[in-house]
Amino acid sequence: MFKYSKLVSALAVAGVSLFGAQAVQAQAQIVKVDGSSTVYPITEAVAEEFQKAKKNAIKVTVGISGTGGGFKKFCRDEIDISNASRPITEKEMADCKAAGVNYVEMPVAYDALTIVANPKNTFLKEVTVAEMKTLWEPAAQGKVMKWNQVNPAWPDAPVKLFGAGADSGTFEYFTEAMVGKAKSSRGDYTASEDDNVLVQGVSRDVNAIGYFGYAYYAENMAKLKGVPVVNPKTGKAVEPSAANVENGTYAPLSRPIFIYVKVKSLDKPEVKEFLEFYMKHGAKLTKEVKYVPLPAAAYTGNIDHVNKKKYGTVFGGKNEIGITIEELMKREAKM
Amino acid sequence: MKPLTNEQIRAVIAKGKFRDNVFKATGIFCLALALLVIVALIADMVIKGADRFTIDFFMNFASRRAKDAGILSAWVGSLLVMLVTALAAVPLGVAAGLYLEEYAKRNWITNVIEINITNLAAVPSIVYGLLALGIFVYQFGLGQSILSAGLTLALLILPIIIVSTREAIRAIPAMIREGSMAVGATRWQTCRYHIVPYAMPGILTGVIIGLARAIGETAPIITIGALTFIAFLPPAPFMGEPAAGLFDWVMAPFTVMPIQIFNWTSRPDPAFEVNAAAAGFVLMAMVLSMNAVAIYLRYKMRKKIKW
Repeated sequence: MFKYSKLVSALAVAGVSLFGAQAVQAQAQIVKVDGSSTVYPITEAVAEEFQKAKKNAIKVTVGISGTGGGFKKFCRDEIDISNASRPITEKEMADCKAAGVNYVEMPVAYDALTIVANPKNTFLKEVTVAEMKTLWEPAAQGKVMKWNQVNPAWPDAPVKLFGAGADSGTFEYFTEAMVGKAKSSRGDYTASEDDNVLVQGVSRDVNAIGYFGYAYYAENMAKLKGVPVVNPKTGKAVEPSAANVENGTYAPLSRPIFIYVKVKSLDKPEVKEFLEFYMKHGAKLTKEVKYVPLPAAAYTGNIDHVNKKKYGTVFGGKNEIGITIEELMKREAKM
Repeated sequence: MKPLTNEQIRAVIAKGKFRDNVFKATGIFCLALALLVIVALIADMVIKGADRFTIDFFMNFASRRAKDAGILSAWVGSLLVMLVTALAAVPLGVAAGLYLEEYAKRNWITNVIEINITNLAAVPSIVYGLLALGIFVYQFGLGQSILSAGLTLALLILPIIIVSTREAIRAIPAMIREGSMAVGATRWQTCRYHIVPYAMPGILTGVIIGLARAIGETAPIITIGALTFIAFLPPAPFMGEPAAGLFDWVMAPFTVMPIQIFNWTSRPDPAFEVNAAAAGFVLMAMVLSMNAVAIYLRYKMRKKIKW
């Protein structure tokens, strides 16, 4: 009996030390990325091309655990790069600081939250922020059920709502931009984390209206109608399109998306190489996966920040609504 | 009481037969409905995914282009996770079932254990994921690896294996045990040469039902942190760079089929739906072939049993 238990414990110890040693070894050449599903397509495209270019000598893994989930792992020192569809929050900044995790903030692209309706919808030519607030604010729950309650010019027909699930960055941004407070929304709508469910829903119902990221609209233009949103600054209705995001007129639903890189990881040559590749080919690949690329200066600026050791965020822990590419660039340059 | 006439008896029999036939028809209808659903499901996936059933689909990694994207890392990951799950869950589950049936004394501790095992079988899988995240990933430092995932799923299917092992053992007539003991066999010898071999077909069924459930699980695997994009395979034994040991692959990062399928269905580009359908069929085929192997083994083993 004793003989056996000794043998078992010896095996266990040997096994653990074996695995332990190899775990360290296995990690040596892997760049670990995790976080937002919105940023995922861009990082995935870069990772795919990077591995091809390096003939698989350097490995990249990309996970999806949401912007918040990504930052949790990031501040726990588990991953090298965090994909984020919004700037880091004050709480996350504190968590990272407590764990001694420094980071470089890199805007990589722009996304345009798109309000969509059914293509057969003839009356919806444009919407204002005020109209969207009437329709989506928590007070509208169970009360605003017909189009003409939002705008008397619209018909006396039921309105069917489709929107992002409460855990997504998209939901956070949309509510903050339209209702005025993050995560403040009516609850009686079809919510899904899977945007294709929303695409299907809106494309099948004449009275539907919904919102999601631009990429889902761009891939399904035949089935959906993108609704122009009135820019509160100019008073003009602007269509959701890559060009209008670039020239800054599509506001307030344009938003920058980021990757956050751990400073400690920059010492690893494979992470640095990956970033250089990301910033060099990011614009082209961003366009390919239907996001709006930043001007070339933004990508070189990101590398500049690494070289000049400019760490931290330019947002001060707050999410800002309707910041244009131009404003973002100015702010990054001042850093 | 007047005796029934022949006509009356015939009427009673006819009525009984009619009811019999109604029940039979209902049964066949229910069975057909169930079969129809699964056939429709498979047909739908085959038709939608027809374009992707190529060698490349099995040999390519994930990609942003639907046509280039394949399931290599996913099916390898799924198989390896299943291997770890089976290696961990089968010996533990069978031993636990054997102990409870053959060795344990009937007292309140045994009762508590029994009730708990039955309850564990009904715990939602996400709860196992949370438990594993705390224990395997962080406490034991196993990380987001194939080993963590395999052990998590092993916990998940352990109750299924224990319960089916016990059922199988209970079905063995008591005289087998008594006969074995009567000729002087110890309890262990009785288990080793009689109980376990005779219970094997039933145990195997439980194992396969458990593994078939485990292979389709997504929630606990996502919870412990499986990846979505991973374009390399775990190191093969004694290969790779730097030269790997026999078991290096257990610590490798991974993805599994259900996660790959879920990712494809939620992408903006509708072309990925084709990939999702094809991958769905492959997963289905994996489960069905596991079942087929189990049925075959059970058949072979049953033939060997001679009471």
